[in-house]
Amino acid sequence: MADISLRVNGSDRKVSVPPETPLLWVLRDTLQLNGTKFGCGAGLCGACTVHVDGASTRSCSTPVSQVAGKNITTIEGLSPNSQHPLQLAWIAEEVPQCGYCQSGQIMAAAALLAKTPNPSEEQITTFMSANICRCGTYERIRRAIQRAASAGAAR
Amino acid sequence: MSPLSRREFIAAGVAAGAGLVIGFYLPHGSNGAHGEVFSPNAYLKIMPDDKVIVVVARSEMGQGVHTSLPMILAEELEADWKQIQVEQAGASTLFGDQTTGGSASVRTTWDPMRKAGAAAREMLISAAALQWGVARASCKAENGAVLHSASNRRATFGELASKAATLPVPTDVPLKQAKDYKIVGKPIPRIDTPSKVNGTAAYGIDFRLPDMKYAVLARCPVIGGKLAGFDDQESKKIPGVSYVGKIGDSSLAVVADTVWGAMEGRRLLQISWDEGPHKDLNSAAIMESLRQSVSNKAVPLYSTGDVRKASGRRIEAAYELPFMAHAPMEPGNATAHFQGSKCEIWAPTQVPQDVRDSAAAAIGLDPDNVKVNVLLIGGGFGRRLEHDYAVEAAQVSKAIHGPVKVIWTREDDMRNSTYRPASYHKLSAVLDGRGWPVAFSHRLVAPSISAQKGQPGEGGVDPDLKDEAALVYSFPNALVEFIATETPVPLGWMRSVYALQVGFANECFIDELATAAGKDALAYRLHLLARDEDIKFFDATWRTARMRAALQLAADKAGWGKPLPARHCQGIACFGCFGTYMAQVVELSMDGDKPRIHRVVGAIDCGQVVNPNIVEQQMQGGVIYGLANALHARITIEKGRVVQGNFDDYAPIRMNEIPKVEGYFVESTEAPSGVGEPPIPPLAPAICNALYAATKQRVRALPVLS
Repeated sequence: MADISLRVNGSDRKVSVPPETPLLWVLRDTLQLNGTKFGCGAGLCGACTVHVDGASTRSCSTPVSQVAGKNITTIEGLSPNSQHPLQLAWIAEEVPQCGYCQSGQIMAAAALLAKTPNPSEEQITTFMSANICRCGTYERIRRAIQRAASAGAAR
Repeated sequence: MSPLSRREFIAAGVAAGAGLVIGFYLPHGSNGAHGEVFSPNAYLKIMPDDKVIVVVARSEMGQGVHTSLPMILAEELEADWKQIQVEQAGASTLFGDQTTGGSASVRTTWDPMRKAGAAAREMLISAAALQWGVARASCKAENGAVLHSASNRRATFGELASKAATLPVPTDVPLKQAKDYKIVGKPIPRIDTPSKVNGTAAYGIDFRLPDMKYAVLARCPVIGGKLAGFDDQESKKIPGVSYVGKIGDSSLAVVADTVWGAMEGRRLLQISWDEGPHKDLNSAAIMESLRQSVSNKAVPLYSTGDVRKASGRRIEAAYELPFMAHAPMEPGNATAHFQGSKCEIWAPTQVPQDVRDSAAAAIGLDPDNVKVNVLLIGGGFGRRLEHDYAVEAAQVSKAIHGPVKVIWTREDDMRNSTYRPASYHKLSAVLDGRGWPVAFSHRLVAPSISAQKGQPGEGGVDPDLKDEAALVYSFPNALVEFIATETPVPLGWMRSVYALQVGFANECFIDELATAAGKDALAYRLHLLARDEDIKFFDATWRTARMRAALQLAADKAGWGKPLPARHCQGIACFGCFGTYMAQVVELSMDGDKPRIHRVVGAIDCGQVVNPNIVEQQMQGGVIYGLANALHARITIEKGRVVQGNFDDYAPIRMNEIPKVEGYFVESTEAPSGVGEPPIPPLAPAICNALYAATKQRVRALPVLS
């Protein structure tokens, strides 16, 4: 066991867990932030995507000790009132079906737009191909990212 | 007017909180044999504060039932859509069948939902007429209120609910005409979307009880094997691991304070397995035995004319499909709390009643003492038609006498799932002098899913085939037969079930016949659909005219036969299942020896479209799921073990592989039919037919990229 300090969604949190525990399980079990999902446990599907210091990160394969003291953002912290342009675009395009992968999709897309505010279709496809959706919502995800990007550009 | 049958009886009463409650019955498929006893499994509650609550015993797994089913009811009720709330029902022995599957939720609930809404509407109108002392006929319901325009009076449903609850339920209710629909047929936004973009949607895996433990199980990796012995010394050194114990014959549970602790505990177990009778089982031998079985005694599924009497040019081909896994995004999980004489279960499940009965049997309780709560499902595709996760949770909870959540990892699910059966198909046809088929026969060789689960169909016909093996073409002589084999590999119902296999074989073969006849693949199919004909297949009647219209619409929208970009080729296929007619045109080009799928154009005739947005989602998503089935999906058995484990060796489709998908509707006011599964079957044959156009090579086995 180790005491580890994290900064999660803007708040300082202290957890006492084995240092190799994946960040995913610390978020879900210890901090009870359920929005980040378990999909594959191997960094293959992206359902567990969060931001660590702004970068898209697979929380299922990131030991919590590696992110001590860093800024972690989960879907719950993406915006204070669910009004992030991507969340609004996801609603406008009616993206989710089962919805299970969508926290990870939105967090990945947010990391993309933070670096590349106006991505080309190819840039979106390349970046987002790391995330799996078995319901097959990809086309709407791509449209929602384009919509959010143009909303951002219009501001 | 639409009279209610005894079984559909609608009962009304006063809701808690003094509103109106109406109970009614939603059948599932054709198996709603609940006799004459009225057992409601759905409720409509109209509350004094104007909330309209629809309690549905159908699970939401992404297919949109929590939006589309209330839409049907709200339409007849004349409710304001903003009033509608949906509540998920859990299992109860009082309820009728609560299974969610077989693309059945809308098609089987269309009538009862409409009748319940209409009955409530008529009662609310009566209540208003009585209250105002005016003629019933002078009042009408609109936007959640009853109006009397002559006196300019208006009362909301909430204001009228408690009076309406004292009135008799009408037995004959007028239903609206499609031209008057205000909600049905409109792309109403899904009720669940906002909660699915901010992490608040609570799935099975998110459920928690106070002091709950977590468990993972080590299951015998060999099909049919058993636990022989174990050493848990190292496991118990992991902080928080509180229990290691045998569950059933073939697994071992590790219980801990955290999921990670349980996983680490399992990793450190030393286990010896009794590998059992199937330790040498492998996929190649299974496929060879399917091939060998083709000459076994067959059960006829469909027969017209006499295929043996036809003479002409004979064409034959055989097709093969592998085992496949559902692989929904949310791994298996269930939470249980065993408390001596009773047990409560929380599960993301498509079969709450099976979960209740199976868990009760496993832990030695009466089913009435097991309560099942249905939670949001992170992808079903048929995987949650199995009760395995929930039974394990009940067993572990009993073992530790406390609340516990069982979690499966991705590898657990890939290797201990139930699988779409592998199959072999022998097709043959006789062509006349002009190349038209005068005989068509299909021998389908596959294990029966239902038979393996102990429910063999009547006459040896797997009951699923009745929805999934229809031949919608008009042949003078045709014979479709089923040869049931056996396999120890666990079988399950996977999205579109046998329709995937049957559609693949039929539609690839029709293309081969068109080629042999030197005719265009679309024209050939249209010729076989040219005559208006009703084709009976078990209880269903298929109409060639509807298939023809869907096929023509897909072809027109795709520009069939028109010039394509350089090196692009098209393939076409159509199939009918779950009451729905679906056609697809695939456009692809070759990138070396691999196909690049550019565009899929689908046309669906699913009768009255309840929510075009949701149907479009199912058409888009069905293509992506079907594409994974066609291009990549294969579960391989070696040494009695499933080889694949995660999304690296069982590859889904990712964004960089998706085609442009277009979905079109054939306008219809026929009763709605299935939507979740019909987009799957035509896709793989349309791809393979396009591949032939591109390469002049026939692909007769899936997956394409093997």
